[in-house]
Amino acid sequence: MHVGIIFFLVILGSVLFHIFTPWYWTDVASNWGGMDDTITLTFWIGGGVFIAVCLFMIYCVFRFSYKKDRKAEYKPEDKKLEKILTWATTLGVAALLAPGLIIWNQYVNVPKNAIEIDVMAWQWGWQYRLPGKDGKLGTTKVVNINDDNPFGINLDDPFGNDDVMIQSDVINLENNRPVKILLRSVDVLHNWYVPQFRAKMDAVPGIVTYYWFEPNKTGEFEVLCAEYCGVGHYAMRGGVEVQDKQDYDNWLQDQETFSDLIAKRKILENEKTKLAKK
Amino acid sequence: MSEDFNDNKTIQAQSSETISGGGSGITPDMDYVRPAEIGEQDLYHGHSFITKWIFCQDAKVIGVQYFLLATFTGIIGLILSWLMRLQLGFPGLAPFMTAEHYYQFVTMHGMIMVVYFLTALFLGGFGNYLIPLMVGARDMVFPYLNMVSFWSFFVAVGVLLASFFVPGGPTGSGWTLYPPQAILEGTPGSGWGIMLMCISLILFVAGFTMGGLNYLITVLQARTRGMTLMRMPLTVWGIFTATVLAMLAFPALLVGALMMSLDNVLGTSFFMPTILKAGEVLEYGGGSPILFQHLFWFFGHPEVYIVALPAFGIISDLISVHARKNIFGYRMMVWAIVGIGALSFFVWAHHMYVSGMNPWFGFFFATTTLIIAVPTAMKVYNWILTLWRGNIRLNTVMLWCLGFIVTFVNGGITGIFLGNVSVDVPLSDTYFVIAHFHMVMGIAPLMVIMGAVYHWFPLVSGRFLDEKLGKWHFWLTFLGAYSIYFPMHYLGFIGVPRRYFEMYDSPYVTSAVGMNEFISIAAFIVGAAQFILIYNIIKTLKTGKPAGHNPWQACSLEWLTPSVPPEHGNWGDRLPVVHRWAYDFSVPGAKEDFITQTTPPSEVTDTKVEKT
Repeated sequence: MHVGIIFFLVILGSVLFHIFTPWYWTDVASNWGGMDDTITLTFWIGGGVFIAVCLFMIYCVFRFSYKKDRKAEYKPEDKKLEKILTWATTLGVAALLAPGLIIWNQYVNVPKNAIEIDVMAWQWGWQYRLPGKDGKLGTTKVVNINDDNPFGINLDDPFGNDDVMIQSDVINLENNRPVKILLRSVDVLHNWYVPQFRAKMDAVPGIVTYYWFEPNKTGEFEVLCAEYCGVGHYAMRGGVEVQDKQDYDNWLQDQETFSDLIAKRKILENEKTKLAKK
Repeated sequence: MSEDFNDNKTIQAQSSETISGGGSGITPDMDYVRPAEIGEQDLYHGHSFITKWIFCQDAKVIGVQYFLLATFTGIIGLILSWLMRLQLGFPGLAPFMTAEHYYQFVTMHGMIMVVYFLTALFLGGFGNYLIPLMVGARDMVFPYLNMVSFWSFFVAVGVLLASFFVPGGPTGSGWTLYPPQAILEGTPGSGWGIMLMCISLILFVAGFTMGGLNYLITVLQARTRGMTLMRMPLTVWGIFTATVLAMLAFPALLVGALMMSLDNVLGTSFFMPTILKAGEVLEYGGGSPILFQHLFWFFGHPEVYIVALPAFGIISDLISVHARKNIFGYRMMVWAIVGIGALSFFVWAHHMYVSGMNPWFGFFFATTTLIIAVPTAMKVYNWILTLWRGNIRLNTVMLWCLGFIVTFVNGGITGIFLGNVSVDVPLSDTYFVIAHFHMVMGIAPLMVIMGAVYHWFPLVSGRFLDEKLGKWHFWLTFLGAYSIYFPMHYLGFIGVPRRYFEMYDSPYVTSAVGMNEFISIAAFIVGAAQFILIYNIIKTLKTGKPAGHNPWQACSLEWLTPSVPPEHGNWGDRLPVVHRWAYDFSVPGAKEDFITQTTPPSEVTDTKVEKT
């Protein structure tokens, strides 16, 4: 008797926990609210099945626990019942899969007007690069990376010169404008993840991966590395500041471009050589 | 020895062919079973202590050896999980818990539990003990190879544990061992540690292949007369199919481990692209880290079912015996096992939705993954439909079965979240994943193992485990484990990433501090509760209640040996002859509520048997 009661309390407790939990997702701050909706749908269908199966099991425990004079039913198969259950399950699974695939289709098709951002990861930090006035990012190579060229931009690529370089782990984004995150890593796997945006993707050394989202809430968010990348993984944080267009444009103007950097280096070098000559 | 057996068999074959019945409805050849096609195998009989108990060729002893060694490594894995929970619940409390150690413990805990504990225990332990007994064979078909299999496992465990004592310690690359970090300096144990891990895995796979061939060929070739494939207990079906998966999946792991070792030692670039490390470009180039992930998960996903299918099989048998009712939809259960096994080779990349592989793969792998939910759900329905109108003994074994159903369904449903590609995006690499796979392939299989231990212990030792201690063990484990992993899903919803040594004070993460403390305390209790079983076993071996023959009134062959516990050779003078499936419980018209597999139809003519 107590067995069924305890199991029932476990199920009841699970439902109550779900209703009253203080731990739940952060408010979505991007266009991926559809992911939350699919989770909610999966909760309803999946949670319903979980509760139904468990309650049925508990009922059986109450109703059919051992009595010496009772004999169990002898019924090896019930084709009709098995068929109904198979089709019902298939239907439920299809109902969950469909929205999942629809959203995935949106996830892999980046809108044309998305601004591209080069997110460069290493053990253990981030930096960012935005396209300049030409709207295109210059190509890069890991072997080019050095103090004068922190992003490894190919010097013969004309698109690279006006790229905006943000040598900080915080990046600003314009509210309500889709961004395509281009991920690259110079050493191991990383993953640029902001829980409020819901989206994520690994950065893989050797290739450029991507995903996109459209921030729709202004404010500051924390970036977490979501792919284990060695002993400093937990400390590999960054930041995002989503701003309205005006603030964002102001911020963007203050940033340095690659040609600025080259020019600055040149001046520095000249000064150095002058000093050496003196 | 073998000649004696051969003689007996001829006699037996004659007697069953020429039986003449007296009662109503008995026809002369109703008990006919086809004679055996091949002679019996020669068995090696050990005489010294070493050949009998150490380098032993008896599958039952090897099974127990596997069980004990797997349990030993499992306890190490358990202690490692305590240390991890200590850090997560009470950071800074233990001064030796540096980030390096934390990641090393995470890695070793994962690898030990999945490979060296669960896989070794289900296939090596239960497989060796039960397959020959359940199919009516005297032993595995290659007993010597079987012995070598165990000792390879032994050496593999030795190498694995040796990595705790080498310079740099064991690898801290996570149990998935993803390159490039696994062999680069930013990861603890990137030199010796990962090397020993790869060697240990290679040894494990080699040893496991020897054992696996044994299980397959024994099931296919050494079944006793009358034991058709569709009369086999589901335990055997589960272990058999899991072994097929293992034979096909482990080579991918072997190749991955070999290639990574070459990258590490010889400087090849299978998995290594051009890499910049501390301002210097390393001498690698052109390799693909994602290739390793494909190899790893081509092994890793079937691996989940290598653990799950034996669990499915065993739980089916336990539920059936203790609900005194045939397993509902036996044929469906068999085909579901086979179907899940086949499908499990087409879903691996659902672990890689956000790995950077071509995102269009997501459509295919989400579809296959959700398809696999259908046969799995059918199995769940059939388990609870077996309870329906049964006559359920609420003993310790049944409690573990019920605990399995709850945890497995819970973990299965969360699998539908993660398998459904776009739902996986926010949840992957968070605590939701940890909660999911611990529930579905940690706790649920553990429930089966425990149920199986309480169920078959009377066969192995001849004595019942103590029920009262068993119930304490169950409730502490079930309630404790459920309260560890059920709330943990919600940490994943918040977005707390996995493999974080410390959370710091992100605003949405600080709310998790209290829950982390609670989870850690529950983990300490659940871990400690497992020692109840060890105490129970020691106590039972000394003073336990003798079980006698077939104490659970089961139908399957393993309970029908002439002596309990079964001796070397299992069946005394003559092999059993099988007349029916393993689930003739509560047949209308039968005197008792079970008809054993060896009962010939002529003895139960008045019953209404539907399926044999």
